[in-house]
Amino acid sequence: MFSFIVSRILQAIPVLLIVGFISFAMFAFVGDPVTIMLGQDYTEAQRALLVSQLGLDQPFFVQYAKFVWQAVHGNFGVSYRLARPVGELLAERFPATAELAITAAVLSLLIGVPMGVYTGIRRNSAVSRIFMIFSLMGVSLPTFLIGILLILFFSVSLGWLPSFGRGDVVHFSHWSTGFLTASGRRALILPAITLGLFQMTLILRLVRSEMLEVMRSDYIKFARARGLSQRSIHFRHALGNTLVPVITIVGLQLGGLIAFSIVTETVFQWPGMGLLLVQSIGVADIPVMSAYLLMIAVIFVTINLAVDLLYFVVDPRLRSRIGR
Amino acid sequence: MSGSAVSRFFDSDFVYSFSRSPVAIVSTLVVLIVAIAAVFAPWIAPHNPFDLASLNLMDSFKPPAFMTDGDPLFPLGTDDQGRDVLSGIMYGTQISLEVALLAMGFSLVVGVGVGLVAGYTGGAVDSLLMRVVDVQLTFPAILIALLVDGVVRAVLPQSMQDSLEIYVIVFAIGISRWPQFARTVRGSTMVERNRDYVMAARVIGLSSPRILITHILPNVLGPVLVIATLNIGLAILDEATLSFLGVGLPPTEPSLGTLIRIGNNFLFSGEWWITIFPGLTLAAMILSINLLGDWLRDALNPRLR
Repeated sequence: MFSFIVSRILQAIPVLLIVGFISFAMFAFVGDPVTIMLGQDYTEAQRALLVSQLGLDQPFFVQYAKFVWQAVHGNFGVSYRLARPVGELLAERFPATAELAITAAVLSLLIGVPMGVYTGIRRNSAVSRIFMIFSLMGVSLPTFLIGILLILFFSVSLGWLPSFGRGDVVHFSHWSTGFLTASGRRALILPAITLGLFQMTLILRLVRSEMLEVMRSDYIKFARARGLSQRSIHFRHALGNTLVPVITIVGLQLGGLIAFSIVTETVFQWPGMGLLLVQSIGVADIPVMSAYLLMIAVIFVTINLAVDLLYFVVDPRLRSRIGR
Repeated sequence: MSGSAVSRFFDSDFVYSFSRSPVAIVSTLVVLIVAIAAVFAPWIAPHNPFDLASLNLMDSFKPPAFMTDGDPLFPLGTDDQGRDVLSGIMYGTQISLEVALLAMGFSLVVGVGVGLVAGYTGGAVDSLLMRVVDVQLTFPAILIALLVDGVVRAVLPQSMQDSLEIYVIVFAIGISRWPQFARTVRGSTMVERNRDYVMAARVIGLSSPRILITHILPNVLGPVLVIATLNIGLAILDEATLSFLGVGLPPTEPSLGTLIRIGNNFLFSGEWWITIFPGLTLAAMILSINLLGDWLRDALNPRLR
């Protein structure tokens, strides 16, 4: 198992190196930050001062070495737009995105798995049909449209839930959380549903097709013959064997959640990293874009690694094969 | 096409299974209706939203015709500047479809090209190209499109940005979706290159590009057709998402996504129709294309017949 982990980590390194290089190339060659930061009126002396302050007058390899050294220390330069360190900006916005993505993932699992099990067992019932139509909508409706429809219904028409922002948050040194206040939890509901709906329908369809497959297998017939209860057959014997693909998809889609949180955060003006990225792209704020890219790469590689490790927990066949 | 070829087409399994699938027929109808309304918008749209002279601010914020204050002149209502929402949707769909088709074509050409070369050549070229595909597939396509769009925009000089906007977004979406084509085509090419007909072509001394294009390409196109169909839907979605985020097409060329973004500003004052109708058009189109793609995959899969 140890060698497996090491080989996985070694595979992740080239990905990070390539993304790191793209990230640096963006940082070094794209756009003219000096013009953006100075605005319309400036003297040549002001310009020269800013160029040397940003280190843009140094040779390519010096800039690259500096970039790598600084990035390893969590330092990604200064945002052109907000004139603040990018590392600080991202660290400030990270909790909002993380809480949103995790809530969406938990929500989609808690609702998607039972719905999938139900439609897999009673595939022809009316409720299953309704679930399947609902899942088709979830796959086809664009994320932002779901958000807009939810706002229209629950915020504008009914006035039940807030349509933008994070509500009140509680700060713990570097982390800010909305879980602990009533307004924070209320503000989380609509964005989390918007973000999680696609995920949920994906899980529903996956669990359903896996259940249909498993329920036909011999060991389920045998479990029936042994006279086990329906509940034990469905949830212990059948569901347990559908979990490997579900974990893969949920894990890989967690990265997708972070990417699509860009859209959700824009709809709900949620103060996370995605909103920061969209605002930065609008004004070509390259340091924020390149740091975001690098950070997303690290998050994705970590998630993929975690998914690989989770297989061991869920699939005993893998454990015994590698243990030998 | 000769007469017998046409009749052979209509006698094929493909047409038979199409005529037996209500889902495929309805989806095709929806796609056709939306596409025809979009392509012929200049002739059949009730108003021209780009003709500033025809706009009247007195007509602004009219609700759809079926509501109490509605005006039959504007079946789906008007926006803040008195533009007809229905006409806006028709013109907007035209732009959305144009971008989506160009972007899909771009990913298809790049992906199929890379796939053919990687699968046929093998070795180091293959591993290198597939490594690129692997790295890119690690990231969601929309994120890549967003970043590429931002970078290209930053590289271009300000004066050229507006005129090239549409090509920037086509490039951004196209480049984000080619790996799927490449992977599929590479797989089928690796199977085909060991077939006898390829050996025969080599023996008679045909050049590699000639073998790839005239002999292998036609035999690997089946799965490409399915991916291409599904990718049109995805490209429409990508374009709408980028435009909704405000980094896509400018308000001077309002696609469906731009219309939804602009309409979103009026959601809270109760003018829901400005954003909801373009949204529903978008959803109906994507849903139909997805269903059609799924059907196509099953229809082209001989094992499921």
